Amino acid sequence: MNAVIIDKLKARFGEQSIRVSEFRGELTLVVPKDHIVGICRFLKEDAELKFDLLADVCGIDMNTAEKRFGVIYNLYSLSNKFRLRLKTFTEEEDPKVPTVTGVWGTANWHERETFDMFGIVFEGHPDLRRVYMPEEFEHYPLRKDFPLMGIPGSIPLPKNK
Amino acid sequence: MGLEHALGDSFLTTKIDLAINWCRKNSLWPMPMGISCCAIEMMAFAGPRFDVARFGSEVFRFSPRQSDVMIVAGTTTFKMAKVVRKIYDQMPDPKWVIAMGACTSSGGMYRTYSVVQGIDQFLPVDVYVAGCPPRPDNLLNALIKLQEKVQRGESKGSFPAFVGEPKLNQPQALPIISG
Repeated sequence: MNAVIIDKLKARFGEQSIRVSEFRGELTLVVPKDHIVGICRFLKEDAELKFDLLADVCGIDMNTAEKRFGVIYNLYSLSNKFRLRLKTFTEEEDPKVPTVTGVWGTANWHERETFDMFGIVFEGHPDLRRVYMPEEFEHYPLRKDFPLMGIPGSIPLPKNK
Repeated sequence: MGLEHALGDSFLTTKIDLAINWCRKNSLWPMPMGISCCAIEMMAFAGPRFDVARFGSEVFRFSPRQSDVMIVAGTTTFKMAKVVRKIYDQMPDPKWVIAMGACTSSGGMYRTYSVVQGIDQFLPVDVYVAGCPPRPDNLLNALIKLQEKVQRGESKGSFPAFVGEPKLNQPQALPIISG
């Protein structure tokens, strides 16, 4: 299954665009963010692969100077019983990744969560609002430079009269 | 007493404060603010095994306007704090608050940016209950401690006129119940 996926993607999107790594049978592909929507749509709609379930979308802060933020897509193919992990990276200044809500509707809230925690903007998302933190909160708590105990006073409490 | 002597054995005279507080303490209707897992123990506390009806608090009111004591049972996040305070503000005086469990009293194991490190930052708490979660009998103990406070006419949050005049020169120590 691994070889089939890699061959198909390389034939369609070119050799250079995909970086492959495998650990204990788990396949991970690192792809450029410009291709992410095309690759996702191909993986979902290909008659043989049929990655019809987007199990999760999450973010990662690599804390490096370039390509600091990453988005990780965990896919599952129900008919093949096969899992695949896609990764794409974006720069620290103005981090933007195209949305995959057009491919899987599930991506909507997962991408909102990733935006809430990391501040990665998903371009074309229909409703990119915070999920967990209050609307007026100005920071992104899962970034490496955010202190664990938060920033005092950043979330107002009701007054104890 | 002259009046009791005149009226015979079937009468008892007392101060109106004491009588009102006695009535209040034996009918403390809880507002169940069950936010997380402590709420399961709070349900056991209300159920037949531990049976809070023995202490007159079996009427769990899901309307703040009909309740006397709010049992905050669970991890209170900053986002939830506004809701908890709003419900507390809707309760009529006199009112009391029990902070149930480690998370509610101090943030507990959630030492993190999203959890309020103790609800006493935005609510006047009368009794704290330790435990994670506390056993239902520990919550019963808290209710009994609260009944003692009610009988003395003490409340952290109520307007003084509703619970009797505040006793001056007496520091009001908060009862802390060990687990």
